[in-house]
Amino acid sequence: MIETDILIIGAGPCGLFTVFEAGLLKLRCHMIDSLPEPGGQCAEIYPKKPIFDIPAFPEILAGELVENLMQQIEPFKPGFTLGESAVTIEKDKENKFVITTDKGTKHRAPIVAIAGGLGVFSPRKPPIQELSSYEDKGVEYIIKDPEMYRDRDVVISGGGDSALDWAIFLSEGVAKSVTLVHRRKGFKGHPDSAQKVLDLAEKGKIRFVADAEVIGVNGGESLESLTVKHKEEGLIEITTNHWIPLFGLTPKLGPIADWGLEIEKNAIKVNTFDYSTNVPGIYAIGDVNTYPGKLKLILCGFHEGTLMVQSAFKRLYPDKNLVLKYTTVNGITGFDE
Amino acid sequence: MSMIQIIIVDREGVEYKVDAPTDMDMNVMELCKASDLPVEGTCGGMAMCASCHCYVESDHALPEMSEDEESMLDEAFFVEENSRLSCQLYLKPELRGLRVRLAPESA
Repeated sequence: MIETDILIIGAGPCGLFTVFEAGLLKLRCHMIDSLPEPGGQCAEIYPKKPIFDIPAFPEILAGELVENLMQQIEPFKPGFTLGESAVTIEKDKENKFVITTDKGTKHRAPIVAIAGGLGVFSPRKPPIQELSSYEDKGVEYIIKDPEMYRDRDVVISGGGDSALDWAIFLSEGVAKSVTLVHRRKGFKGHPDSAQKVLDLAEKGKIRFVADAEVIGVNGGESLESLTVKHKEEGLIEITTNHWIPLFGLTPKLGPIADWGLEIEKNAIKVNTFDYSTNVPGIYAIGDVNTYPGKLKLILCGFHEGTLMVQSAFKRLYPDKNLVLKYTTVNGITGFDE
Repeated sequence: MSMIQIIIVDREGVEYKVDAPTDMDMNVMELCKASDLPVEGTCGGMAMCASCHCYVESDHALPEMSEDEESMLDEAFFVEENSRLSCQLYLKPELRGLRVRLAPESA
């Protein structure tokens, strides 16, 4: 069981900065994020994009912003549960929240701050009927263990980095054969990887089916073949027991939607006094919340996190007076461990 | 403020005539959001998520697709010849009377 003062769901910029503000009040934080790295959308969707509306940074790359935040909160030694998503929440006898992830990791804290942005990033699924009946029976959206494909005939779809990287990896002595089905001849992924895939296709190591799209999945108990629509050749059937559609990730609010919080338009309603939700002890900050006049800006998320930890402190220590301390006066005193 | 009117057809086929300012650097995705039409615009308009995918049903001359938009549409579903990302269609006087239909949401 991981114990902390504030459990932050979502390690995007808003969640990260909240660790800093909590640290100033001597409150410890632990973060849960479904992505393998901290940074949220900034790291996952647009790390190389410049941001122009962070005060005092005329221009900063989203990836750099995350790096800076990580550096800024380092003294406060936040804990991280990465690559896992928060699924269930319950209250224990001591009135603390216990949050369990999809991998069964348990966390316990008196305060929960949901900084989940647009939600859990999950694989984008092609709109094919019957697709769900073959999930884990030949259709996988994430490669958990490449050994699963040893000496197998594998079909990959998509043109982004993960499709290219996995096509290359699996073609180099893992799978028996790799077929890459993609909607056009060019790729979205890194030019070096794209060139490598084309080279491997030339050498016959990868079968590259361009201008084509998988439109049907067929089989009995498990996947047996794919129906592919080719621009010129029409419908083709590809025999395979393994299809890996890699069309990127898309965020979904996910299990948090069922935590008994008031939801409006896919966002959690909060009181702007302290960004508290309808459940005492649970706050929502950043893009995941909504209130009259809400703006989905990193800037606003920072503000929300700052006010939220003040309220959390008063909730935890109702008898202690809280004085706002300027970091310029005292500097920063982090935690030892 | 100079205004044009464009037509947006939602996923149920309901047609909305929406007034749009042409001097606010606004795009069709943002106009949809501002008009409470069900467009997510997850990435905020960087052509990086395809949640604002639409079909252009009028024959207006449109700006060329950027490499980003093209490759994003490659990873989108329900793509047709007239598919565009509405965040890449900026509201300009020449788009007066534009007609777009929202593409189905993908799972």
